[in-house]
Amino acid sequence: MEALATILFVGAGVGFILGLRMLAHPETARKGNLVSACAMGSAVLGTLVTILEARRGLASDAVETAASASPDALLYVAGGLLVGAVVGIPAARLVKMTSMPEMVAIFNGFGGAASLLVGWGTFQRASTAHQSAQRVLDGVTGDNSAITTEVNVSLTALLGSFGGGDGRFITATIFLAILIGGVTFTGSLIAFGKLSGFITTRPLLYRGQNLINGLLLMVIAGAGVLLVMNPEESWVLPVCIGLSFVLGVAAVVPIGGGDMPVVISLLNSYSGLAACAAGFATDNTLLIIVGALVGASGIVLTRIMCLAMNRSLANVLFSGFGSVTKQSSGAKGEHREARSLTPHDAYYVLEAASSVVIVPGYGMAVAQAQHAVKELADQLEANGADVRFAVHPVAGRMPGHMNVLLAEANVPYEQLAEIDDVNPSMETVDVALVIGANDVVNPDAKGNESSPLYGMPIVEVNRARNVFVLKRSLRTGFAGVENPLFYLENTSMIFGDAKATIEALVGEFKSG
Amino acid sequence: MDKIQISAFIFLLAMFLGLELIRKVPAQLHTPLMSGSNAISGITLIGAMVVASQAESSLGLGLASAAVGFAAVNVVGGYLVTDRMLAMFKKRGA
Repeated sequence: MEALATILFVGAGVGFILGLRMLAHPETARKGNLVSACAMGSAVLGTLVTILEARRGLASDAVETAASASPDALLYVAGGLLVGAVVGIPAARLVKMTSMPEMVAIFNGFGGAASLLVGWGTFQRASTAHQSAQRVLDGVTGDNSAITTEVNVSLTALLGSFGGGDGRFITATIFLAILIGGVTFTGSLIAFGKLSGFITTRPLLYRGQNLINGLLLMVIAGAGVLLVMNPEESWVLPVCIGLSFVLGVAAVVPIGGGDMPVVISLLNSYSGLAACAAGFATDNTLLIIVGALVGASGIVLTRIMCLAMNRSLANVLFSGFGSVTKQSSGAKGEHREARSLTPHDAYYVLEAASSVVIVPGYGMAVAQAQHAVKELADQLEANGADVRFAVHPVAGRMPGHMNVLLAEANVPYEQLAEIDDVNPSMETVDVALVIGANDVVNPDAKGNESSPLYGMPIVEVNRARNVFVLKRSLRTGFAGVENPLFYLENTSMIFGDAKATIEALVGEFKSG
Repeated sequence: MDKIQISAFIFLLAMFLGLELIRKVPAQLHTPLMSGSNAISGITLIGAMVVASQAESSLGLGLASAAVGFAAVNVVGGYLVTDRMLAMFKKRGA
């Protein structure tokens, strides 16, 4: 039986790694996800085998200890799994693709909460055992002092023996599981609130914020040390949990809506690292490996997102970017006018175009325009034009957000290009169609050193022959920066709701 | 080698492996990657199951059961929604 569990666990480890590898190609990705899910099933099965084995061992070993492992614990496990299915299946089925960032955020939070609870539960187990040992001891004291010293087991030693390692180390990992898990939980809840509009997406800033957060970190570190050195103090653990919740809120509140791709990636990483810490605390190698894989995945994505905005992680986390409206230096004092175009006029240009690049942004998601966009792309292709989608890495509210929306609208993935694919040939593009994107096409990022966006890689639509910008108004984007693109010679604004505009264009193609 | 050391090495190697694997994922697939790895982080589920089976107090059992619930939502929902998304990624003409 033990061999069976080992096979199941090793198989699970291999499955998780293979699954992740297969996720790297669009053709194999779906199968990869299935492989990964099977690995999870294998891990759960292996765990069941281990639990049943331990039960049998206890039952045959000694009758009195068998009573401690309550037989209905497995019923509770089954109940928890059932809850997972009842909540998880409809959520996964019904969620809209535009709401994917919210979904990932809340699930991340659940993962964090689970790790926190595992850490807490592990501590609780040792603490209960310690208390009952203490009670036995209290009954014996006075009669025989020799027994007293023999039975007197410290909580740290119990934590160590349950966790399979040095007691202080195990306590420290429990603390980490609780801290990272707690931060992931409340941080994800705040991110969820911001993404779904319950909380303002503007960064929430106040004086001395960084100082207060720094103090909070120090207090938490102090509480951690206290917990490791003196786990018997029963008030320390709840304080640690509470502080980790506060830290999660404090860390995400100052971050604005447009920086959410970074926050979600980072929280994704944290949920893995929390699982990792729980793995150390419960002596579970599979948890350590898989938690590390997820942790690494989040780190890679975080880095890609930061590079795509040419900002450091520290800048994203602490600067409250987008809270102040900054003026583009070129716009000062100058009175410029943007040209505006009706969909009817735009149609004539598009009709003659042989190369079109479409740049989608968060505005496309808000307007739910992805299906209309796909229809327009089809019309353009039928008209003989070469159509590509240029997707900026931070377009939308999570990494790859635009790609999923376009895939939902049946845009084939070969058409989804990255900025490095389209920028070199931008001069040959007849029309660049910017749909609900703003900062990612701001030419100041390339040419204006005083712009806060300077250095950020952009889709260089300003170099295309014609640029059509579909937008409600000339308002600034998330970064609060003027966009000189709107005033260029080759740019025309098509004001109005993106979806309505595109449907009008499609209508022109159909009737023309 | 003592146990903590072995675990620490395993952790580091898994980190490096993860970095190498994820680096190759194209930008198109970043959202499915996130929700997929999110589902994987629900691996805490097995830790929660063990803790539940060893619980010796009703508080401990309650904590562990809640952990099983949270992690199971994460696993079930995460894998299903990732599958739903990946099913939408199609080749031209497919």
